[in-house]
Amino acid sequence: MDKIKLRNDIILLAVILAAAFAVWGVIRLAMPAGRYAVVELDGKTIASYPLDTDIRVEIPSEGGHINVLVIRDGKASVESADCPDKLCVRQRPVSKAGQTIICLPHKLIIRIDGESGVDAEL
Amino acid sequence: MNKSAKTITLLGVCTAAAMVLSYVETLIPVPFAVPGIKLGLANLVAIYLLMKLDWRYAAPVSLVRVLLTALLFGNAASLAYSASGAVLSMLVMIGAKRTKAFSAVGVSVLGGVFHNVGQILMAILLTGTAQIAYWLPPLIISGVVTGAAIGAVGAVLIAKTDPRIDQK
Repeated sequence: MDKIKLRNDIILLAVILAAAFAVWGVIRLAMPAGRYAVVELDGKTIASYPLDTDIRVEIPSEGGHINVLVIRDGKASVESADCPDKLCVRQRPVSKAGQTIICLPHKLIIRIDGESGVDAEL
Repeated sequence: MNKSAKTITLLGVCTAAAMVLSYVETLIPVPFAVPGIKLGLANLVAIYLLMKLDWRYAAPVSLVRVLLTALLFGNAASLAYSASGAVLSMLVMIGAKRTKAFSAVGVSVLGGVFHNVGQILMAILLTGTAQIAYWLPPLIISGVVTGAAIGAVGAVLIAKTDPRIDQK
């Protein structure tokens, strides 16, 4: 293989990895602890739950689908869901403002926020 | 066979191969809980055609592969994600090849990274949630790793095979 190209490849790899880790570090440090788990369905905020109260709630979405949101020890996670990929279930519990759990098949986003985002609960 | 028949055959075989790789990929479970991480096996065909021949072979095969794969195995949402990723990735790879600075591995790494960037941009657009950008770093890193692996395999293919297309 061409030596100069090999060197350029390695520099490229290093720069991209360094940039990714730098961005990651900045995002992590900049995130304050959140107070609410805000539930958005298809871009609309439908509910919000305080992180200091343990709950287990079923979130219905289009077509009769269900995601089960659990808040325990100040962290929100999706316990179970009937979506095909189950990526939301496998995500780690979130607790910091700005963190999200996303279920793309159900157009569902659970976002941690400093404010409740809605007045009424589901 | 005349030249155009050869070209059509090559494009057809490569599109079929890319679709098979796309399908095989759906059978491989992803061990990470980050949405959107995947191997990008089909990019092997794109990188091969781009680096061995040029973008006039790579871009159409990639586009047709994305459309047909979405029709067969996906839905409107998966088409939007894979198309945004594939288009951005192809444009960046074409640009990267033009600079003549990188080997197939470097070009493939850029392709992998920008495939994921394209998908994140589409996800932000479709959901209207900018916080999805939180997933950029892990997706960029996965793009580097899978892109390098695919690029390395592609480099071997490029060195060992000859599609027997007379260029120009």
